[in-house]
Amino acid sequence: MSHTNFCVASEQDKAEMLKAVKAKSFDDLFVDIPAEFQTDAFNIPEGRSELEALQTLRGLAAKNATNLTNFCGAGYYDHFIPAAVDSLSGRGEFYTAYTPYQPEAAQGTLQAIYEYQTDMARLTGMEVSNASLYDGGTALFEGIMMALRTTGRDKVLIDEGVSPIYRTMLRCYTRNLSIQYEEIPLAKGLADRAAFKQKLSKEIGAVVVQNPNFFGSLDDLTDLVAAAHGVGAQAVFSVYPLSLGLVKTPGAMGADIVTGEGQSLGLPLSFGGPYLGFMTTLKKFVRKMPGRIVGATQDEQGRRGYVLTLQAREQHIRREKATSNICTNEALCALRAHMYLSLLGKQGLVDVAQCCASLAAYARERLCAIRGVRPTFEQPFFNEFALTLPRDASDVVSALIDHGIAAGFPVGRYYKGMENVLLLAFTEKRTKEEIDLLAARLEGNL
Amino acid sequence: MKLIYEKSVPGRRAIRLPALKILPAAKIDKRLLRDEPADLPELAEVDVVRHFTALSRLNFSVDTHFYPLGSCTMKYNPKACETAASLPGLADVHPLWPQLRRGGLLTQGALQIVYETERMLSEITGMAECTLQPLAGSHGELTGVMLMAAYHRDRGNKKTHIIVPDSAHGTNPASAAIAGYEVVSIPSNPDGTLNVETFKKALNSETAGVMLTCPSTLGVFVSNVKEIADAVHAVDGLMYYDGANLNAILGRCKPGEIGFDVCHLNLHKTFSTPHGGGGPGSGPVGVVEKLRPYLPISRVVKTKDGTFSLDYDAPKSIGYIAPFYGNFGIIVRAYAYLLMLGREGLRETSNMAVLNANYVQEKLRPYFDAVAAGRCMHECVFSGSRFGAHGIHTLDIAKGLIDRGIHPPTIYFPLNVPEAIMVEPTESESRETLDEFIEIMIELAEKAKTHPDELHAAPVTAPVGRLDEVAAVKNMDLAYCGE
Repeated sequence: MSHTNFCVASEQDKAEMLKAVKAKSFDDLFVDIPAEFQTDAFNIPEGRSELEALQTLRGLAAKNATNLTNFCGAGYYDHFIPAAVDSLSGRGEFYTAYTPYQPEAAQGTLQAIYEYQTDMARLTGMEVSNASLYDGGTALFEGIMMALRTTGRDKVLIDEGVSPIYRTMLRCYTRNLSIQYEEIPLAKGLADRAAFKQKLSKEIGAVVVQNPNFFGSLDDLTDLVAAAHGVGAQAVFSVYPLSLGLVKTPGAMGADIVTGEGQSLGLPLSFGGPYLGFMTTLKKFVRKMPGRIVGATQDEQGRRGYVLTLQAREQHIRREKATSNICTNEALCALRAHMYLSLLGKQGLVDVAQCCASLAAYARERLCAIRGVRPTFEQPFFNEFALTLPRDASDVVSALIDHGIAAGFPVGRYYKGMENVLLLAFTEKRTKEEIDLLAARLEGNL
Repeated sequence: MKLIYEKSVPGRRAIRLPALKILPAAKIDKRLLRDEPADLPELAEVDVVRHFTALSRLNFSVDTHFYPLGSCTMKYNPKACETAASLPGLADVHPLWPQLRRGGLLTQGALQIVYETERMLSEITGMAECTLQPLAGSHGELTGVMLMAAYHRDRGNKKTHIIVPDSAHGTNPASAAIAGYEVVSIPSNPDGTLNVETFKKALNSETAGVMLTCPSTLGVFVSNVKEIADAVHAVDGLMYYDGANLNAILGRCKPGEIGFDVCHLNLHKTFSTPHGGGGPGSGPVGVVEKLRPYLPISRVVKTKDGTFSLDYDAPKSIGYIAPFYGNFGIIVRAYAYLLMLGREGLRETSNMAVLNANYVQEKLRPYFDAVAAGRCMHECVFSGSRFGAHGIHTLDIAKGLIDRGIHPPTIYFPLNVPEAIMVEPTESESRETLDEFIEIMIELAEKAKTHPDELHAAPVTAPVGRLDEVAAVKNMDLAYCGE
């Protein structure tokens, strides 16, 4: 009898199959592993039934907060997910398939990715998209590497408005590579044009910006992109895709490479993953792009079909000379994003973005009416903004947890001298009543 | 099938939001806004549901078909693991909560899952500690090689290259290159194991380490691994274990006890998390004691009072390889799987995975050229060369399988086997399924000789026939542009 439900062979099957392969026992199958390498000492609990395992997991889930009113964003947002996204992406035909190496047996996945690529190109105002990367941070690293490959240069200028979470990741990734990068401090909450222009030279391969930036500020970066192009550098963007329901696209600003975190498009927060890195670019740069790409083609009868294409860029062909080491990506997350965008549709995405922006606009007015609270930057914003409080923001957040509120993210951890600054995000799931309650509790805890 | 864009009807809607009531609409300066909405499809919910349901039915998947894709370990994915990952107390947790002051209180359950999964994986691999941050197998490889680089930098070692056998997965050399190392590729033995003579010629004081897949990509255990490890350690190099094939030795052998210093695992292979049509995966990395200081931050630690918290105090750490704690939703599934599998299930898994592969190999040996003269491990590799005389290639056999309702095995990998066919049945398949597969393979071998044209025409039952991949590259139609 099997210990689990995961192996289905009966004792009779086992005996007959062992006989068929001329083995006396299971140990016989492993004689190539030297005896001194073999062990059965595994300090792992005994197997549990499904019922017991799920009881354990429910118990653990109950140890996490489930009734917090959340205003914490910082690049990862608590958006509403239509029920159809879970139900459709939960179809085993999608999630128990693998990378579509055999296109005739994977047209469902391939067509969906082709459609996803279309969504992302249209959303960002670019021409082509890849099939996904791991997350927003790794996508930005890959975008920078792509710009450096294209320009043949090794210097990078990066705005400090780019998520500090991504920038700490970039430090880790570039440690062993001969890439120099310089971070340009913000000027009044936006990219410092004068500083960028002073640093731009023929050695710079990539200028890296984020819109809206980490503090939620919106900018029209057209002039900065033009300045980058003026010295032959590429403009690499990181964007919050849901904001593009309203916000000017990187494509319209002249971007060469657009990356971002796709979590806002139908993915649960799930304590940090799985998320969705995306990347779009112009057709002329596509051969430098990392990751899988799906293209449309035809069979012999002229029927339209989809395949993984431009594979000569990839690791399984090019090995150490590949554009990236990526293999498995985030296909199911891309599929969910495509389902989300299909359900929201052309007007729905505008409405969600407008709803978030309107709640944030109300909240900013309401919160800044509190004595001692002021906006950190006087800049336009989408659904997130920073407030300077009269005391340490971490202390305030800590106090509000007792009131069932995650009030925001204190940015002092990443920006020295900004210990009193709190970053607050507003999604369509928040209500006027919740914002009023936040204001009341904030006022009571300053 | 029509694209979703071709089904769009202007003005049609699926989702409506609650009315904003009292609030005025935000007024953002026009110069900061897009001129027109993104041209997304406009459909009713039922249209969207039918579109994706129809698409799903064009796929082969583990839930619908036998899927013996070699090296990918397409085992059955228990449904309870899906239920676990979608529990509201897990799916709705913001990753920054534990980083707020007193925020650890908000996420004790999530931190405990990460901590206990790390402990179990460390135990299974015989490693001192493990990080769950890497987001896929190749990301784990990159992390592992970066840990090696950090170790050598810290020790003041001058190391320039990593040795990788040519039978390795392409991600090995690609990861080594991104970690800043030259890749020295050495030819393998015919069974995919390391050739000790060429290896020793390539090894010198500038060798940062060796990346090995064990069992090899040809399904053969590298029995001289100790000798290799001793030679590598003698130059203060490090042994990297590619865990793609861990399913073969699960519950029987610990990489950390046979000379390896760092290893990555694929939760979507060995630990039964779904492959998702190409991700999300998860690629935890385990290390021996001497590499512990370099592990990515943050680390989940258990404090004296039994609570869990995040620790950032690791000055020698390579830093942040992922934004947070890894692909948590995938980790939860693997944790649930491990709870159910238990200690006794570990060895049962490798026993049945290896028995199933050997059973297929022996039954097919008369009809296809098995690469291994004797036993294989959890997968078996054949060459389809003998059908060349009839103008039949491995690709034709693969397409013939599609017509018979079986997902093709991995083909043309490993690269050093001509016309390779790599079959990995996994432990979760029944003998009846294997017998059916064997019967079909024998039939295809016969067909290759008697009716090669039928195989050339395959697949005929799929939604499309063989697609023109050359035209796909030439035309570069990568997004729908309308009529």
